[in-house]
Parts: sequence; structure tokens; C-alpha cells
Amino acid sequence: MSVLIFADQVEGVVKKSALEAIQYGSKVAQLLHTTASAIVLGAADDAALATLGNYGVTKVLHVAAPSLNEVDAAAYTHVIAEAAAQESADVLVFPFNFDGRAIAPRVAARLKAGLVTGAISLPDLAGGFVVKKNVFSGKAFASVNITSATKVVAVMPNTFALEPSGLTAEVVNFNTSIPPAKVKVLQREVISGEVPLSEATLVVSGGRGLKGPENWGLVEDLAKALGATTACSRPVADAGWRPHHEHVGQTGLAIRPNLYIAIGISGAIQHLAGVNGSKVIVVINKDPEAPFFKAADYGIVGDAFEVVPKITEAVKALQ
Amino acid sequence: MKILVCISKTPDTTAKIAFTDNNTKFSEAGVQFIVNPYDEWYALVRALELKEATGATVHLVTVGGADTEPIIRKALALGGDEAFRINANSQDSYYIAAQIAALAAQQGYDLIFTGKETIDFNGSGIGGMVAELLQLPFVSIAAKFELNGNTATIRREIEGGEEVNQVTLPVVVSCQKGMAEARIPNMRGIMAARTKPLTVSEPVAADTLTSIVSFELPPAKAGVKLIPADNPAELVRLLHEEAKVI
Repeated sequence: MSVLIFADQVEGVVKKSALEAIQYGSKVAQLLHTTASAIVLGAADDAALATLGNYGVTKVLHVAAPSLNEVDAAAYTHVIAEAAAQESADVLVFPFNFDGRAIAPRVAARLKAGLVTGAISLPDLAGGFVVKKNVFSGKAFASVNITSATKVVAVMPNTFALEPSGLTAEVVNFNTSIPPAKVKVLQREVISGEVPLSEATLVVSGGRGLKGPENWGLVEDLAKALGATTACSRPVADAGWRPHHEHVGQTGLAIRPNLYIAIGISGAIQHLAGVNGSKVIVVINKDPEAPFFKAADYGIVGDAFEVVPKITEAVKALQ
Repeated sequence: MKILVCISKTPDTTAKIAFTDNNTKFSEAGVQFIVNPYDEWYALVRALELKEATGATVHLVTVGGADTEPIIRKALALGGDEAFRINANSQDSYYIAAQIAALAAQQGYDLIFTGKETIDFNGSGIGGMVAELLQLPFVSIAAKFELNGNTATIRREIEGGEEVNQVTLPVVVSCQKGMAEARIPNMRGIMAARTKPLTVSEPVAADTLTSIVSFELPPAKAGVKLIPADNPAELVRLLHEEAKVI
């Protein structure tokens, strides 16, 4: 019996959502009085992987095969299932990020394990293995009991704050057969130099109230002063003012930053579904009747073109 | 070519979320149900575009009770040749995936489309599970899908960017915004849907691996604290000193 955590990486750097999953899995292991290991696939520096011990694992299995540098859900599933067998893992933990969404369900089906995705609590072991998750696009929570012997939990990103311990983990090369990837990656475009929206703790978002893409400097200046990532509402992405990957809401990305600043966004229910997990919501809108104010923690009723530059200045003054 | 589109019945995006029976059941009172938007707008419509371009056959499947039939007829009204309803009520993704995989194994599909998630349980599990049960490749969260003969070129989202994948059919794909533009069924489609074949079958034996114990609503917000527009610096002070987020 043990806990195995899948930690995905980009160019040798383990994603923040994966660190959160490692910490979550390590805490599950404590609750179960067992040990936790992480598994990292693809090229990565072993010395860097040893620092994953910061988040509670004592061992990191590393499969350095170059064929795993690209994520193929089927090949990854095979390797993770082999590792789970070797480690006698009965709880497998994934980050509920893009890779986790592709791989966790496959692994669950392979191991005939009950799956809970988007977990926002540690398991309650009093009545089985009960994990709380977001449902109805963040408008409610469900407590789900995993009744199978093997369990798979995918952890909601930006839900558990990281608490590095300073400990290091032992890194072990794990050798296993690797099936050829059936999905080829032809091309990859990642916006560099910015925290991905899905992992951002501070987000500044703009809506139709900004009137046009030429005014986005307002959003970008505030984001830059805060060290935040920019986002937008659906009409803005649909109009092509901003790229689709910035769109948050029901049909875009659902995010859970510590701070979400909405500028010129009215707050339709579909938009709220993508941001209602934010810890603090600030709404700046000239319409006092904008529905977003009902979901906000702080608000300013005013003209964004006058108010936002002053906020940016005040943020700079703070630093 | 045969395409299967997985359809789920969900509450409308604007539905009031409430629970009954000591918070163990979703309250359906006054709730309008729709085809899960990801299944309809992206998975189904892209499948119909492929049908129009290549003459493919499009099948729909849902796992649910008789109450899901209006939903599947609505999906048929958009297009699609034939539908299957597997007569089971389940909230466990493994059980549901096992039903869909059993139908797919029997029918043999070149392409299986699901939505990226349902807007009620937000599980994101069915596509990957069906792919694993059928030992097919899986591409998740696709925003664009092009077909050239037997080769699919798929643009999918990754953290902070996009990736272009290539895969030989058969494949399972979970679909999101960008795959296709939403369509509205026309009268001819609605009339035709009434007579399209809808086969009801009993579920195959499969294990249920999870169960929902209870639901709860998030605690109500304390209410917005309004800051005067002429003093935005006060907002920054509150975010720093009170909320401690910056």
C-alpha cells in the first residue's frame, strides 16, 4: 500500500499544479500511514527532481526516456500503471491540469479505480474515502466516496497553498517498457515569460467595457505592476481582441486565482462559472447594476479608463 | 466512416442549483435541461460538418433513463443518423464509460467525440476512459480537428498555449470551443428527428466505483465592499492589508 503521484513537467520544470498534487498525495499518505512517491516522465535533471521532497515525497521515480518528452496519454498510462504495480500503489494522485485531464481517466480505467477529478479537499476516511469536488461549474460541491480498492484523485489547481519543507527526495531511475506514442506532436506554441493562466495566483481580466483591443494597455499595465497574468471575457475572445487561451468562463478556462480583477465585465452567469473559485474578486464597472458586483468582494463603480491607471500607480507605490 | 458522439443531459447553464432529500439529490424543480453544451456545440456540430464533407455516418449515444429522450431527440434534430440510449442511471464515470465502450466495440467507430466535460459534474473522465477501455489513442481538449483521409490533425490546448497533434484513426477526442460554431436546429431537422431510429438497450454488467454522498452550496459571499471611484488607492490598501492577496 502506498500513494503514487504523477507530476508533469515542461522542459525539466515540474508544473506548479503538479507540486500541489505532490503535496496533496503526501498528505493522503500521512492519513493512510503509508509512504508517497512521485513519478516524473521525460528528460529532467535528477538534482532538480530531488527538490520535490519539499512537498512531502520521499522518493521520485524518474523515467528519462526521450520518447516520453511528448505527452501521449496511452504511453504515459502504461508507464504509470507499471510504476503503480511496482510500488503497490492503491491511491494515485494527478494534478487536474491539461495533462491530468488526459491521463488520469485512462489510468483509472486501466486499474479499474474509482476517479474523482477536481478534488478540493483531502479524503475524509471516517466514512470510506470521501473527497469533496467542484460540481455545477463551481456553483456547488459534491462529496464523493471512492469505493474501489484502487483510487484515483485529480487535484484542482490553485486550491492548496504550497508549504515547502526543505527536505529532499531520493531519485530512482525507473525502467519499464514504453509503448510507441500513437499521437505525434507536430508543433507547440507556448507563450513564454508569463505564468500560464491556469496556474496564475493573480489575474487581471478585461471585458467589452474596454471598448477595443487598442485599450488593452490598461489591463496589461496593471497586470505588469502586480506580476499578474491577463485574461478576458468571452465576447472579447470571440471578437478576436484577445487570443482564445485568455478566455475565462463556462466555455473557456475555469480558474481559481487568489485575486481576480474584472475590468469592464458585467458578470454573466457563464463568466462567473469560470472564476467563482477565485479567493478574492474585485470588480471595476461603470454600471452599478452589473451583476458581477453581487459576486465580488471589492468593487469600484467608475470609469475604468480613469480608475485603472490610478490603481496601477498605487500598486507601483506599494512596491 | 462512422462517428460516435457522446451526449449528456445537463441543467441549463443559467439553472438555479439547489438540492433535495437531505442534500443528496439535485433539485430538478423548475430546471430546464439541455444537451451538455460541449457535447452539442463542439463535438456534435464538428461531427456533422465531417458528415457533410465526407459522407460519414453519425451515431449518438447517451447513458440515461427515459427522461433523456427529449435531449437526444434535440441532438438528432441538429443532424446525425441514429441514436442509442443505454437505459441506466449512473453518476459514476467508469460505469458510463464501460457502457459507451461496449456499444463502440460492437459498432466499430473511426472517431469518437465527447465534450471536454459536462457542465454538471465537471468530471472530464469519459473520453479518456472510453479510449483506455477500447485501447485507442486519446486527444483531449481539442479546439480544432481536421481530417485528411485516415489522418487527423488536431489543435489542442495545453498550459499557456497550444499544441498540434497528428494521429491515425480510430481515435477518441474530447472537444471544446473552437471545434465548430454552434448551430440551431431548423424545423425540417426537428421533424426528421422524430422518425430517426433511437435504439434503447439495457446496460452491460459494469462496476460502479464511486458514489455521491452529498452536495452542498458554497457559503454566501459577505457582500461587496464598495470603494469610491475617486480613491482607488484605498482598494490597493485593502487588497494588501485586509485581503492580503498582494
